[in-house]
Amino acid sequence: MNFSSRLLENAVAEFSKLPGVGQKTALRLVLHLLNQSQEDVEKFSYALTRLRSEIRYCKTCHNISDQQVCEICAAHKRDRSIICIVEDTRDVMAIENTNQYNGLYHVLGGLISPMDGIGPAELTVDSLVERVKNGDVKEVILALSATMEGDTTIFYLYKKLKDMPVQITTIARGIAFGGELEYADEITLGRSIVTRVPYENTMVK
Amino acid sequence: MWLQKLSLLNFKNYAEAELSFSETVNAFAGDNGAGKTNLLDAIHYLCLCKSYFNPIDVQQILQGADFFMLQGVFERAAQTEVIACSLKRSQKKQFKRNKKEYQRLADHIGLFPLVMISPYDISIIIEGSEERRKFVDNSISQTDNHYLDELIAYNKHLQNRNSLLRQIADTGRYDPQLLEIFNERLVASGQRIFEKRKMFMEAFIPVFNKHYHYLTEDAEQVELVYESQLLHDDFAGLLQRNTERDRILERTTTGIHKDELSFTIHGLPMKKFGSQGQQKSFLIALKLAQYTYLQQQKGFKPLLLLDDIFDKLDEKRTRKLMQMVSHDDFGQIFITDTNAERILRIFDDISVPVKLFNVDKGTVTS
Repeated sequence: MNFSSRLLENAVAEFSKLPGVGQKTALRLVLHLLNQSQEDVEKFSYALTRLRSEIRYCKTCHNISDQQVCEICAAHKRDRSIICIVEDTRDVMAIENTNQYNGLYHVLGGLISPMDGIGPAELTVDSLVERVKNGDVKEVILALSATMEGDTTIFYLYKKLKDMPVQITTIARGIAFGGELEYADEITLGRSIVTRVPYENTMVK
Repeated sequence: MWLQKLSLLNFKNYAEAELSFSETVNAFAGDNGAGKTNLLDAIHYLCLCKSYFNPIDVQQILQGADFFMLQGVFERAAQTEVIACSLKRSQKKQFKRNKKEYQRLADHIGLFPLVMISPYDISIIIEGSEERRKFVDNSISQTDNHYLDELIAYNKHLQNRNSLLRQIADTGRYDPQLLEIFNERLVASGQRIFEKRKMFMEAFIPVFNKHYHYLTEDAEQVELVYESQLLHDDFAGLLQRNTERDRILERTTTGIHKDELSFTIHGLPMKKFGSQGQQKSFLIALKLAQYTYLQQQKGFKPLLLLDDIFDKLDEKRTRKLMQMVSHDDFGQIFITDTNAERILRIFDDISVPVKLFNVDKGTVTS
């Protein structure tokens, strides 16, 4: 692309570094910003600068937060005897949206995958072990993706935690709500059959 | 199952051709470069969604044209089935069964099983062990659709374990628990693959021996042996005992990815001590055993394609082979040869009717 201005070119180059944004989209976004008032654009860039410089990670659960300790970890109403282990902050948001969970979280920051250069040392595993050791945690829920990396991570955490006086559970895997059996894939359906549960347990209050 | 009609449009060196086949023996005769093997490849394409020789689909299109089309009319389980495939340059290939397009090509593979014997098969003997494992894996996966998934999972665990070993060497951080996890995952899927390979080889080796003895009338002593470290040892123990070695070499030195088929002639390696004709006989027996295995598993006869089969075989073995494949155990057969008279003479000798097609520069006359 030939740009009429070096400044324009720089801005487009920065935008096209974002995931899912190519050169044309980047140009469209930049031209859109140029059409806005100076005040608005300053607000926009100020938000980004503050985001990067002021964001913290909760020192307990490692979730993205404004304070040293995040709102969830600081809340008095939350049940401190359960920890739900998730991959990243998006999973925390997803589980919070269900309104079904009132315990605490622990954000791992990834999944174990040596192929991608991620081992337990890159994750917040040690701090999790410390939390379980020190606190009065009764149950740990492993809520990780049903992928090969997710399974590996679950297996690793299980080995790390199994000798501690804590119950280890994983989220159920099976047929989606509103899903018809004939359209479920074989592996999901097969696993649902193998790990079936007594009907009474499925009646959620 | 058999192929009644085949039509080609802009496929390789054929602008247009239409052929009707016999339910038994069909032969294509013509000079070098006439397009005999391309006809076999067209049949292969319809059955297994790809060329036997060249994995690049657009290169199957006639030079100067921008699409190809293949259509085959099969008879399968007393039903007429029309399989059509078309590919346009820079578009996805379309595969249709009875005018309905497939969502997944994998659903088609295995419905119309086929065994091809070609001079290219020599790589099974002369190349590395990977080719031989591929042969075994191909045979099993045509009859067991979970096998390939299991193999993919195993390879991923293996890659992960190898990456981990490299990282341990690079960073000096060694977490035995993490390595242990990859060991356990490898063992779980490796063990299942091993059981399947072992079961396959147990059924396969006697059939291979039978075919080889028949073909060569015991002129030489050959042996096919499945070798796996897991035959004598338990996989978990193997990984455990080789941890130190694996850490030094930074890769996994034990497991089913080291499985091997050993081919010997009079107790010596076939690759070095077998003559070209002996190697070819060995390969033919191997492929025919694959045919018999597929037939046993599927309950019907696959197609058999014989490319340039008479090359390097002596007259005696040629006749034996033709007697064998035109026997009831085999179904529809397609043969190519440069010499029409030789084919007619051989089949005349064993009094088997043959439908002969003359192939000349992309045109076929029967």
